[in-house]
Amino acid sequence: MAKENKTLNLNFGPQHPAAHGVLRLILQLDGEIVEKADPHIGLLHRGTEKLIENKTYTQAVPYFDRLDYVAPMNQEHAFALAIEKILKIEVPIRAQYIRVMFCEIGRILSHILNVTTQAMDVGALTPTLWGFEEREILMGFYEKVSGSRLHANYFRAGGVHQDLPKGLDKEIGKFCERFPKIINDLELLLTDNRIFKQRNVDIGVVSKQDALDYSFSGVMLRGSGVPWDLRKSQPYDCYEQFEFKIPIGKNGDCYDRYLCRIEEMKESVNIINQCLANLPVGPIKTDDGKISPPPKKDIKQSMEALIHHFKLYTEGYRVDKDEIYTAVEAPKGEFGVYLISDGSSKPYKCKIRAPGFSHLQAMDYLIKGHMLADVPAVLGSMDIVFGEVDR
Amino acid sequence: MQNIQDLEKILNSELNTKIKSSLIKHNQIYLKIDEADLTEVILFLKTNSKTKFRQLIDITAVDFPENEIRFKLVYLLLSHEFNQRIIIEIDVKEKEIVGSITSIYPAANWMEREVFDMYGIDFKDHPDLRRILTDYGFEGHPLRKDFPLTGHNEVRYSHETKKVIYEPVKLEQNYRNFDYESPWEGTKYIKEQTKE
Repeated sequence: MAKENKTLNLNFGPQHPAAHGVLRLILQLDGEIVEKADPHIGLLHRGTEKLIENKTYTQAVPYFDRLDYVAPMNQEHAFALAIEKILKIEVPIRAQYIRVMFCEIGRILSHILNVTTQAMDVGALTPTLWGFEEREILMGFYEKVSGSRLHANYFRAGGVHQDLPKGLDKEIGKFCERFPKIINDLELLLTDNRIFKQRNVDIGVVSKQDALDYSFSGVMLRGSGVPWDLRKSQPYDCYEQFEFKIPIGKNGDCYDRYLCRIEEMKESVNIINQCLANLPVGPIKTDDGKISPPPKKDIKQSMEALIHHFKLYTEGYRVDKDEIYTAVEAPKGEFGVYLISDGSSKPYKCKIRAPGFSHLQAMDYLIKGHMLADVPAVLGSMDIVFGEVDR
Repeated sequence: MQNIQDLEKILNSELNTKIKSSLIKHNQIYLKIDEADLTEVILFLKTNSKTKFRQLIDITAVDFPENEIRFKLVYLLLSHEFNQRIIIEIDVKEKEIVGSITSIYPAANWMEREVFDMYGIDFKDHPDLRRILTDYGFEGHPLRKDFPLTGHNEVRYSHETKKVIYEPVKLEQNYRNFDYESPWEGTKYIKEQTKE
């Protein structure tokens, strides 16, 4: 009698270290081959968009830190740009430089986390330990400039909250001198590593057309050979003034995406170096008293400053009736904010376009026909953070 | 490379009967169309060699509870070739069923599920229209303006029954929505009083 073939349903997560958060993946297995994957998301859903609708524009910024919590400032950037475009605020050039610099630090933060944990998912522990040492230093910069290591709440419409503390630029400069060697060390461990290649090369291959159809962005798109980076194609802030390359993959597999991320980190160091070399002096936020709060010392002397301070921290600034979509190139891909303002001090609607959402959607397409052991490798290379997927 | 004005002209000439209004703002094109033309317009935008909007960025809805036509559905598209963005809007009544575009863009699958989950808008011919972000067995549509910020139910682990249980939300203090309008300009409740 012929043996009956039965598929097995397996719950991967919600509590699984390789799921990078709270993902419940229902896998239909035929032996070790995955036939179907059904991701159940929303376990970290906090209703960010609903909360933002009920808060003033200033109060909404911290929610953006909590989306993709490994690169918080990149998200704040998209929101700040949206408001600036509606209100037509000129951002002082020094603020633009600081913002670009910290966005690139965020990119390095995110890529270190992703590259090293992906390596851990396929069996290498050392890169994680080495990489996290560097992340600690970078988060130290975050803390020095904003007061907290993770949830920075630093970018404002019209600039940034505070100027760089004295000496921070030198510290960042020192880090940039040292960091390329660390990337090199990581590459020595991984790039030609036989096990790492066996687990990543030709795994989770995405063709150009599929990458477009599934709304991929960022490294997921570039890994498949589409030269598209918002920093180059639709430059925001002062990205036009910097010289940097956009690394592109060839085969669209997990290994190419890893290589793209490594190269992007090198480019980010390059951008930070250019920022530091040309850092202009001047104000760090717009001088429009109706939008940015006055300096503390003015509040003691000027009645107008006191009123502005009071109004900004109670009612908040008002944003004219408008509708806009702005996007930035976050480390994970195109992070967008679709904002509808109604003239009051609270957004009427704020839709957050998270890159990870569309990436995870393609899980079924990516994993079909692969082995069970490839699930963490593919998931790792997609760079999923549930803060932004679930919102 | 074509500029945005040319693109708007092309759209208006090729789709003239289907476009209710078009507008260029913030370097993006805003199109208003009818629900009935949705799939046709989107298919045109994706496949036409002069537009090539090959990527769907997002789908979302906006709730205007005071309007007769309550919802506005918004489709954001991106063209890599021409480096252009377009925002397509359609008006949708409550309980109206909208055609799904999953056959045109596979990525629309989860985005439409999210709209369904958050706003309760149904999509026709959607392969798998389930809730996506909210809990299993959730009731209501959280992003509708009439859904309370604090929700209806909360969960906790019950030591008596040894399992997680659902209870109606109990708040020590209600969510405080302050009215910051300047008293000289007239706060909401005064305005309402004087109106009568």
